[in-house]
Amino acid sequence: MEDDKSLLKPQQGLHPEDNSRRNFLKQSTLLTAVALTPVAAVKAAESHMDEKIAEAFEKLPLKMEVNGVAKSLQVEPRATLLDILREQLDLTGTKKGCDHGQCGACTVHVDGHRVNSCLTLGIMVNGKKITTIEGLAKGDDLHPMQEAFLKHDGFQCGYCTPGQIMSAVACIREGHANSEMEIREYMSGNICRCGAYPNIVNAIQEVKEGGIAV
Amino acid sequence: METKTKFGNSEGPSRVDGRMKVTGRAKYSAEYSVKGVTYGVLVGSTIAKGTIKTIDTKKAEGAPGVLSVITYLNAPKIPGYQTDAPQPKGALKIFYDNQVYFNGQPIALVVADSFERALFAASLVSATYDKGEHQTNLKANIANGTAPRNGKDYIRGQEDAYKTAPIKIEQEYIIPTEVHNPMELHAIIARWDADDKITVYDKTQGVKSTQRSIAQAFKLPPENVQVTAPFVGGAFGAALRTWPHEIAAVLAAKVVKQPVKLVLSRADMFTSVGYRPHTWQKIGLGATADGKLVGITHEAAGQTSAYEDFTEGVVNISQLMYACPNVNTKYKIVSLNVNTPAPMRGPGEATGAFALESALDELSYAVNIDPIELRVLNYAETDPSSSRPYSSKFLKDAYQLGADKIGWSNRKQQPGSVTESGWLTGYGMGGGLFGAYRGAATVTARMMADGTLILQTAVTDIGPGTGTAMVNIASELMGVPAANIRFDMGDSSLPPSPTQGGSQVTSTVGSAVNDACKELKDKFMQLNGTNEGGSLDFVKILKDHNLPQLEVTTSSKGGAEQGKYAMFSWSVHFMKVLVNPVTGVVKIDKAVSVADCGHVVSPKTARSQIIGGSIMGTGMALMEEAVIDHRYGRLVNNNFGDYHVPVNADIPQVEALFVNKPDPYINPMGAKGMGEIATIGVAAAIANAVYNATGKRVRDLPITPDKLI
Repeated sequence: MEDDKSLLKPQQGLHPEDNSRRNFLKQSTLLTAVALTPVAAVKAAESHMDEKIAEAFEKLPLKMEVNGVAKSLQVEPRATLLDILREQLDLTGTKKGCDHGQCGACTVHVDGHRVNSCLTLGIMVNGKKITTIEGLAKGDDLHPMQEAFLKHDGFQCGYCTPGQIMSAVACIREGHANSEMEIREYMSGNICRCGAYPNIVNAIQEVKEGGIAV
Repeated sequence: METKTKFGNSEGPSRVDGRMKVTGRAKYSAEYSVKGVTYGVLVGSTIAKGTIKTIDTKKAEGAPGVLSVITYLNAPKIPGYQTDAPQPKGALKIFYDNQVYFNGQPIALVVADSFERALFAASLVSATYDKGEHQTNLKANIANGTAPRNGKDYIRGQEDAYKTAPIKIEQEYIIPTEVHNPMELHAIIARWDADDKITVYDKTQGVKSTQRSIAQAFKLPPENVQVTAPFVGGAFGAALRTWPHEIAAVLAAKVVKQPVKLVLSRADMFTSVGYRPHTWQKIGLGATADGKLVGITHEAAGQTSAYEDFTEGVVNISQLMYACPNVNTKYKIVSLNVNTPAPMRGPGEATGAFALESALDELSYAVNIDPIELRVLNYAETDPSSSRPYSSKFLKDAYQLGADKIGWSNRKQQPGSVTESGWLTGYGMGGGLFGAYRGAATVTARMMADGTLILQTAVTDIGPGTGTAMVNIASELMGVPAANIRFDMGDSSLPPSPTQGGSQVTSTVGSAVNDACKELKDKFMQLNGTNEGGSLDFVKILKDHNLPQLEVTTSSKGGAEQGKYAMFSWSVHFMKVLVNPVTGVVKIDKAVSVADCGHVVSPKTARSQIIGGSIMGTGMALMEEAVIDHRYGRLVNNNFGDYHVPVNADIPQVEALFVNKPDPYINPMGAKGMGEIATIGVAAAIANAVYNATGKRVRDLPITPDKLI
């Protein structure tokens, strides 16, 4: 019973004072009752009630800071951070390459750490700070890692590039860029099908040895 | 000890579109903000052969947000599809009838107002089938292979002459299915702007060919189909044609009367946009005891789908690569319940080169001659197939450059004789060739009053850096700094140029840029009343003549030189590998690729392209294999977790070298293609190095550890 109760507790990252989850549970009980009444259900369907009910109940509030800007959204609990960034916030610099956490194209920073945004539900980052590739440069001044990727031609088609760059910055911050071998190992979660790996390693080494804080 | 130049080779101007790519501002096909866009998700068949008996879409249609579920039962007729039923041999007609030809074939498209809702609703579609007996096993079906239409067996000299030679090599080589898997998922946004007018943002290697295909399918005037693809996130051949899902998205947008975005899943990428086909090959090599080739026989059988004949030049390399008086080749295709393959980087040749260059290596041990020497002994000075002279060939230079760089002199002829820190060590090499072409293209060159030069043509760039190469060509000719040149591309409304594929874009479009710039310069000289083009002040001339701009549109194509000369790009790849004697793990210790591809117009991007090709070849050699469970005719590893491609830790510092001698005939720049040769021969170089390290000859790719222990 203890376990069952814990399921109902707000998860870490959701504001404790936010009672939307409880409301949601209450309302979904009502929804179940409606669904169990065939006539009512048919009527509901005919008047597109199901659409309206779904619309009202399927969404949860999400507050996060994206590239320094506060965002307040209503999202489906099943929506990934990746799809929210790309489809709702039009931040398409973060890429979808597999949707399974296997390619790294969707890498963003959550509170400074690299994560696969395709494996992160939007509601998991409530209250957190997100940095995407669009938030890396300071105006027209590129981040040193962006400069280094340009200089070393650390890409061809450019599709994996935002994920590579976000990962590369984190790789240095984590202290995992101390040798060529270490960089290769810690950059192996980001696939580049064009095969820019040697150039990517060179770019990261140059930034690391440049000693500028990233 | 890792030694290299300080942080590699970063000399030269960076990509003209690089800033867009490193800031995330480059927009790929799924990334256009289109008002009222809806989302499509495909549902695939769960059998490999048969007919759909029933298809239940009710639950999906009732799910929140669903606008339509399209199947063959309710799909509006696609005008271009309407011929005599059932589907004749040819491109798969989506939602055309109840026939299932392969597992994962799209049987429904769910369209909803959000991606999440479409994805969920797609899980609610179910079907029942009348199952047929499928065939997905190439090996078991080779006897049923047929010669492709127009495909002829090739004979030069005497058939099977290798059998009469003192030294004989006769071996079978197998490559599994290899999937392009560009990082960008295939995606299209289709929006009808009027009843007979449509715009698509589409992943394609050729906006003009996509325009033609959609126009044909929906019986529209081509100019009513706008195709936009300024950035393409890799393709490697997978976006050379218009696939069924693109037609489906256009159809769906018509049905729901709203724009439809359809992004394939990674799993879809394995069954919807082609692959390098699983191919069996047999090579017979005959030589004299001193290493002179007497005869080559090369047979191959590659898989194709049950609905379409896919062919590629697997055996051509044996006709072309070496001076050999007797050569015969046979090629057949085997129809299976799989989706249709597609050309993949180095199409045909990369497959053929694995077999031929492995066999040459086997011969080198049989006659005890260094593999490079053996190739030089059989070096073709003229094209052995056509007897025409080469427009240029500096392959011997390439052998030398590569051998020096990899440290070939450290190689021991005795396999399995060298270890480094407990790892078996070996060297291998392998090369290849690919036809060099120059097609037709049209370019508009426009000089603006502020000195900006704008170049426009429809061509796409899937990654090699076409824009950068074109800007380099124009900058040199016009004396305009690269920063003042804009190259507009990837748009079907621009002047025509070819699909990006077959290593021909730099040659073809570069020539058109060259010709357009020259014509524009001539126009300025006429205005200026001078014959000296050296130091024209374009801004001043425009101002003096009170002109806001000056432009030319120039068409350009190859001429008679293409009939006079045999034109090829050449490559040779060198590998030093380490093999763990206990685990069988293969590590690439050093990789050197040398390209003989004429004058290099964009050194930085060219270097990256050669490195990338070597890495793709490394995947082919060591890890890539799409596996089908033949009981169900279904792929079991259709994701990046199970289908392994090279990652950073698999790859050392790859060296890319260029002979960089211009071809005097092919085009004004003297440049030949390099996209395909970057991969052709790599797999053999690795297999040969593994043999040199271990004494184990692996003839079926990939070379996984289990094959070495």
